[in-house]
Amino acid sequence: MRILKTALAVTTALSFTTLANATDLEVTHWWTSGGEAAAVAEFAKAFDATGNKWVDGAIAGSGGTARPIIISRILGGDPMHATQLNHGRQAEELVEAGLMLDLTDVAEAGGWRDVVNPVRLLDGCTSDGKVYCVPVNIHSPQWLWLSHEAYKTAGIDVPSDWFQFVESAPKLTEAGIVPLAMGQQSWQTNLAFGAIMVAVGGTDLYLDVLTNKNAEAAASAEMTKVFEAYAAARLLSEGSNVQDWNQATNLVITGKAGGQIHGDWAQGEFQVANQVAGTDYTCLPGLGVNEIIATGGDAFYFPKQDDPEIEKAQKELAALMISKEVQVAFNLKKGSLPIRGDVDLSAANDCMKKGLAILAAGNVLPDGVNAFTADTQGQLDDLMVEFWNDTSITVEDAQSRYVGIIKDAD
Amino acid sequence: MSLSDAEQLNEVVKPPSKLFKNLTAKIAAIPMILTALVIFIGCTIWTIYHSFTKSRLLPSPDKWVGLDNYERLWSENRWIVSIENLAIYGICSLILSLVIGFCLAALLDRKIRFENTIRTIILYPFALSFVVTGLVWQWILNPELGLQNVIRNLGFENFTFDPINNAEIVIFGILIAGIWQGSGFVMVLLLAGMRGIDEDIWKASRVEGIPTWKTYIFIVIPMMRPVFVTALVIISAGIIKVYDLVVAQTSGGPGIASEVPAKYVIDKMFQSQNLGLGFAASTMMLLSVLVVLIPWAYLEFGGKKNG
Repeated sequence: MRILKTALAVTTALSFTTLANATDLEVTHWWTSGGEAAAVAEFAKAFDATGNKWVDGAIAGSGGTARPIIISRILGGDPMHATQLNHGRQAEELVEAGLMLDLTDVAEAGGWRDVVNPVRLLDGCTSDGKVYCVPVNIHSPQWLWLSHEAYKTAGIDVPSDWFQFVESAPKLTEAGIVPLAMGQQSWQTNLAFGAIMVAVGGTDLYLDVLTNKNAEAAASAEMTKVFEAYAAARLLSEGSNVQDWNQATNLVITGKAGGQIHGDWAQGEFQVANQVAGTDYTCLPGLGVNEIIATGGDAFYFPKQDDPEIEKAQKELAALMISKEVQVAFNLKKGSLPIRGDVDLSAANDCMKKGLAILAAGNVLPDGVNAFTADTQGQLDDLMVEFWNDTSITVEDAQSRYVGIIKDAD
Repeated sequence: MSLSDAEQLNEVVKPPSKLFKNLTAKIAAIPMILTALVIFIGCTIWTIYHSFTKSRLLPSPDKWVGLDNYERLWSENRWIVSIENLAIYGICSLILSLVIGFCLAALLDRKIRFENTIRTIILYPFALSFVVTGLVWQWILNPELGLQNVIRNLGFENFTFDPINNAEIVIFGILIAGIWQGSGFVMVLLLAGMRGIDEDIWKASRVEGIPTWKTYIFIVIPMMRPVFVTALVIISAGIIKVYDLVVAQTSGGPGIASEVPAKYVIDKMFQSQNLGLGFAASTMMLLSVLVVLIPWAYLEFGGKKNG
């Protein structure tokens, strides 16, 4: 009895001390699908283990819904303690306005410049030599996900690249399967366009348009081919009336659709559904044509606070997110690639290994989010979703509008 | 007593200035006047000014670009589609909700049984938010789950009704939901107006042998003019700001077929981080309201002075 009492007293005392140091940090993000929620729980678990408290502020609906809420809270003087954003140009002005916490000391202590691979991700977080965000994962949009079940129903082999996929589409349609699943949100159609651009147009064209904003390249004959391929692809998605990307992925998982062009975050959904890469589904980076991926990704920003206690906890969280163990645990659940080249991912599945190999070979491209401002990105989203859904728009029309947007891009 | 005495005395000395007449009422109105001046007029001017600047994520009043934002606005297909949709939605919803609302009100006005119950049922959709309305109608109009499927299961195999997935008619899918939600409220407003009509008028028209429908159209409707104006203003305000219904029901899709101006403004301001363009679009929305409002206000208030 006395032992029990002492034990109780000790635990109370212990929990009291942890409470005294604990700081609650509200963290907003838009990771709400099954795989994503499991991944973010790894962050929460690791942060809670330090004695602080992760207060989850998940915002449903993808980045397009969440970003405005996050930004208006920061601008409106009610900043959260940490928030997910895609690094690159979305937060450019917030950083310039001095609303974000400078993490340079944490970055130097952790030697981020040496461990982050590719280092371009850290450059996306850096402004005037100061680091303002923590990259947490690498996402690449150029993947084709194929359902083995759908191809078994249709009685044909699973294709190995985009061109074979297009050839196989009529067989799938005959079997009553939608060849290509596509969510209705505009960014998804734009993402598919980027993927087809890398596959059909090649990397030179991609770089010329995205990095140099070369309007002539956007008007070239190669680009016309990309638009033609995209116009052919839109006919393959008739009948997939879903909104969210994970609903589209679900069509692939259940074999109702043959494939989906989507980022590697779709991986998490397959994992939650207990599907195995190679036997239940196939993933083709670069749509199987050019084994190359664009490295966008998510990053965490820490809006400036007045309270030094909170600032300390913010820096603690920043260091934690980039640490080896957390990177492995998080990215395995999320299905994304870690931002460190020096972690052991032997537990990764086939798809992630493909991605890691491409990353190790250095076959990487910048992502649209890094290349374009949110404004240009929005214009492209609008154009692509309109073109995808309205088959009366011709390839020439769409391309000339595309050239106009690239010309005005800054 | 002494107060009124003092007042009388005052009146004898000099006639009170018009400015200080009803002083308490005027003091009480000051907060509202300030709100109107600062918030409505001040912010409107601020917005219009910034629509001529290159404001991105943050307002930047020093980057003047003239009419650039307006040029881009009117060259964008999405904005044109939004305006067309608003016109179709606006005209149809104005006419239909007034007609349906009036018919329902007239039927209830016939002193039927269970009036309270029926009135509550018809008004009920108004208690739902647009988001809920949008989601409910998204399901009802979903071809695989909703109405189309039910009727096909009844044996009509070729029945097709999928407004939400058909770009040509998607705006009517939204219209159905909007009217379902709003016409009950119009009905209640008009019913209240009808109850305000003197019973003697009905007696007189019965004595004259005028049929009921004629009494409604030629006597009751003209007498209910103020109520109609109120209903009109409330419906129009709802039309211009329609946003949540579209977001919940179609999020502007398929493609950009069901976009509306309010959604364009929000998306450009916060999603595309282009405040200047968003402000330009909202200024255009204000302008379109004024184009309707000014002639109407002139006829309504300006005409009386002359007459």
